[in-house]
Amino acid sequence: MNLVTPDFGLLFWMVVIFGIVFFLLAKFGFPIITDSVDKRSAKIAQSLKDADEIQVRMQAWTQEHARMLEEVRREQSAILREATETKARIVADAKAQAKAEADRILSEAKLQIEAEKESALRDVRREVALLSVQVAEKVLRHELQDEGSQRAFIDQLVDEASEAPLRS
Amino acid sequence: MILLSLILAFLLLQAPVMPGHDAMEAGQETIDVSEIIFEHIGDEYEWHITEWKGKPVAIPLPVIARSSSGWHVFSSARLSHGAHYEGLYIDPESGKLTDETTGKRPLDLSITKNVLALMFSTLLLLVVVLLTARWYKEHDSLEEAPTGLAAAMEPLVMMVHDMARENIGEADYRKYSPYLCMAFLWILFNNFLGILPFFPGGANLTGNIAITLVLALCTFFTVNLTGTRHYYKDIFAPDVPGFLKPIMPVIEVFSALMKPVSLTIRLFANMLAGHIMILSMVCIIFIMAKYGPLLGGSMTVVSVLFGVFLDALECLVAFIQAYVFTMLSSIYIGLARSHGE
Repeated sequence: MNLVTPDFGLLFWMVVIFGIVFFLLAKFGFPIITDSVDKRSAKIAQSLKDADEIQVRMQAWTQEHARMLEEVRREQSAILREATETKARIVADAKAQAKAEADRILSEAKLQIEAEKESALRDVRREVALLSVQVAEKVLRHELQDEGSQRAFIDQLVDEASEAPLRS
Repeated sequence: MILLSLILAFLLLQAPVMPGHDAMEAGQETIDVSEIIFEHIGDEYEWHITEWKGKPVAIPLPVIARSSSGWHVFSSARLSHGAHYEGLYIDPESGKLTDETTGKRPLDLSITKNVLALMFSTLLLLVVVLLTARWYKEHDSLEEAPTGLAAAMEPLVMMVHDMARENIGEADYRKYSPYLCMAFLWILFNNFLGILPFFPGGANLTGNIAITLVLALCTFFTVNLTGTRHYYKDIFAPDVPGFLKPIMPVIEVFSALMKPVSLTIRLFANMLAGHIMILSMVCIIFIMAKYGPLLGGSMTVVSVLFGVFLDALECLVAFIQAYVFTMLSSIYIGLARSHGE
């Protein structure tokens, strides 16, 4: 029966020693350990959450980046196309303008040439008229030296003059 | 398996040439197995370590007692071999200190073998846990992984801490976690020190009913002194049909009282049984020695193999019992902290 009867001395010492050590450890032992580890666990959990968040954000960034790249590429090709078009338009415009200018210069030149020709012809005609008047003067002076020939000539002129309205 | 049978065969061959006189000597003495076992699992006024050249090597421990003639403090060496001193002697039948005049036990607060083992193991626990706590104080646990002692103790402490959180609830488990850690580590330390066959281990502390009773009462008072109103309502005025109303409180009170009893007996019986089994295995060697070298030698092999097996089993039991005690304690506390659904 010794085994199942609690011995008072041992009971007493157990209560005292267990009590003292429990008090010491509950104050200076276990809380320090558990608090530190709890803090670390919290930190690890937070870090994992942060890492997840960062990954999600990274994914979003990658997508955004790809999207922007695509956009830039599209814009680039649009700009290039536009530039080509502009170039063609400018060249065409320039050609048209040049042609118009050339036409204008040509027509002006033609007009001038025409005017020059006209004035030249006028000069020639005046010259020819003067010359023919002088020739006629000389011929008349030569032929109308006697009376008879003067009369005959006047008659002729009168005839001609009278016939002229009918002709014209 | 081949290796095992080889060793067996080798030992059997060796057996006949073993020095015979040891066996003869052992054969002449009658071996009182129960005395050997009960000496090992019981308490003593001196710490008997070994025999050296036929003389016992023992540490005498202080006897502290209050008999009918007042307080007495002296070395237990004065009481050896049934000697009387200051009106006190050790009753050879019970092995306990007895008063000459009254023939009864005095108030006995002696530092016995168990008390010394208790002091040693508890001091060891104190030092180990304080050193671990110091590591956390001196290091930034957010930046460094624990090393050495801290790395060894952290999983044990955190296992109990997490168990407390699971069973008691997020609200107030922190208040109870130190007690549960203390109970778990204390039982674990003492279970393992009890398995250790040499000084300063070998005392059968957790297989002593006084010790387990104190532990169970700690849990009992923790449960019942910090119980919520809901817990007490469930005991004294539970929501049950009318005809059960007078019966339920009786059952509930009985159940509350049986909880520490079951805690006490479970730990006590498990550890005691383990010690007795291992000691029995060792005793087989000495019992069989007198039946001749062959039988003695072969049984030695068997009992050593069984002893190894039982020791391994006891290591398992040492952990499991510490764990079970702590888990049940935390569940009881958790029940007492319920705030109703």
